[in-house]
Amino acid sequence: MERVEFRLSGSGGQGLITGGIILAEAAIIDGLNAVQSQSYGPEARGGASKSEVIIDKAEIDYPKVNKCDVLLSLTQVSCDKYLKDLRSGGILIIDESIELPERQDIKVYRVPIINIAVTKLNKPMVANIVALGIINVITNIVSNESLEKAVLTRVPKGTEDLNKAALTEGFKLLD
Amino acid sequence: MTVRLMQGNEACVEGALKAGMKFYAGYPITPSTEIAEISALELPKVGGKFIQMEDEIGGMATIIGASVAGLKSMTATSGPGFSLKQENIGYAIIAEIPCVIVNVQRVGPSTGLPTSPAQGDIMQARWGTHGDHSIIALYPNSVKEIYEITVRAFNLAEKYRTPVILLLDEIIGHMREKIDIDDNSKIEIIDRKKPSCPPEKYLAYAVREGEIVPSMASFGEGYRYHITGLVHKETGFPTGNENVAEELVNRLTSKIENNVDDIVTYDEYLLEDADIAIVAFGATSRSAKKAINDLRAEGYKVGMFRPITIWPSPEKQLLELSKNVKRIIVVEMNSGQYFLEVDRIAGKNTLVEKYGKINGDIIKPEEIEAIVKEGHNA
Repeated sequence: MERVEFRLSGSGGQGLITGGIILAEAAIIDGLNAVQSQSYGPEARGGASKSEVIIDKAEIDYPKVNKCDVLLSLTQVSCDKYLKDLRSGGILIIDESIELPERQDIKVYRVPIINIAVTKLNKPMVANIVALGIINVITNIVSNESLEKAVLTRVPKGTEDLNKAALTEGFKLLD
Repeated sequence: MTVRLMQGNEACVEGALKAGMKFYAGYPITPSTEIAEISALELPKVGGKFIQMEDEIGGMATIIGASVAGLKSMTATSGPGFSLKQENIGYAIIAEIPCVIVNVQRVGPSTGLPTSPAQGDIMQARWGTHGDHSIIALYPNSVKEIYEITVRAFNLAEKYRTPVILLLDEIIGHMREKIDIDDNSKIEIIDRKKPSCPPEKYLAYAVREGEIVPSMASFGEGYRYHITGLVHKETGFPTGNENVAEELVNRLTSKIENNVDDIVTYDEYLLEDADIAIVAFGATSRSAKKAINDLRAEGYKVGMFRPITIWPSPEKQLLELSKNVKRIIVVEMNSGQYFLEVDRIAGKNTLVEKYGKINGDIIKPEEIEAIVKEGHNA
């Protein structure tokens, strides 16, 4: 397996940093190497937030993402901001609320991530977990079992069933 | 064996606890805040204490006091707070009080660019406090190494009775990566030497035959002595005597400078056949390693010397390196601070160049590759 670089983007408060941590933890459970980092504006809520995860079988030296292989965007603002950093041939996963970008050199998945979280799970804050499910269906980067295990260790106690359901919805999103 | 994903700042606290930290005082500042937060959570569990002080100066003063009371103590900060701590760091140096100061560097001067990474405090770590002194400053480059080097920072502080500065940067402080925290049975823990004489015979600042520093009684154990920032006699009481002054300042410096072989650690990467050496530390050394791997694939004989002990500098090793390579390029997120030191040591034997960046952005491997190639074709 070669180095794969993910950028999860949206607005502050959407749980994307937690999402990145979970993805990195799942990779480690699978015996891979992972580096996670993040950056966010001064705002705790709103603004553009990004979480980066690098997964590789080999040791990871350079810890930053320059041109990502996979970009997740949950808001139009973050998609507009980070789309240029998605490499040619990369994968873009966007919420259905985001306009289809004009780039022809990438593969785009436009899916109702937030809508599923709101209508099916009644909790908009699990959109990040739904997103992890769909990311893994598309990229197959970690095993579903490890991803579920990582989700369940990281989410607050008492929300395990909800988050498990969110992950399952994510897994089904392309069906 | 527990393999975990851990943040650099978290690994710093884990290392501190492993080393025996029982006290933390400080004032939170990004990108070091997690060190305070996690210390606040974890210290009570091991019978330790955490205090959030009114400011950075108070934080530094308080860890000095706690250390005198016998507790291994730490504070963490970033640039603006590191500036505020300098006077009290000098106090800890002259009074020979072990403590660890973590500086997770961000762009300065002043509040600068909150809170983007920088490596701009290399010289402040060395000369931030006034007067003649030596200092120990360490700089790891991975989460695993942050854990190990934090333990070492405490060990050196205890062994040499001196403040030790642990330099991190925003990138490695905030980054999360894999660490195997339980694989640490081999880790050595050093504690300060206590006096063996009865309290009435105790001379707080007398160095016993064959020892590097005076043995240190904790306040409250029955040993009464005086501590001051003034030049002092073996009793700890101040004096204006010239001979005592010279002897004391010389001893404080030489206890570090005479033991560089014990204090200095470093890492070498692909230097055996190299004719170009990159000197880099912290996050930048990770970019350099990637650049070196890419350059090697293109046939460039390039390697890296990575000081883990920044101060005292690995003078012997840099001098040796200068005899074996045609070029040394010092790459750092500042405008050439460590370059000055490397050039001082190596400049007489080989070409020493610098590449710096001060805009809050990490130095990318491509930039290092370009610098290596540029000079090569010239």
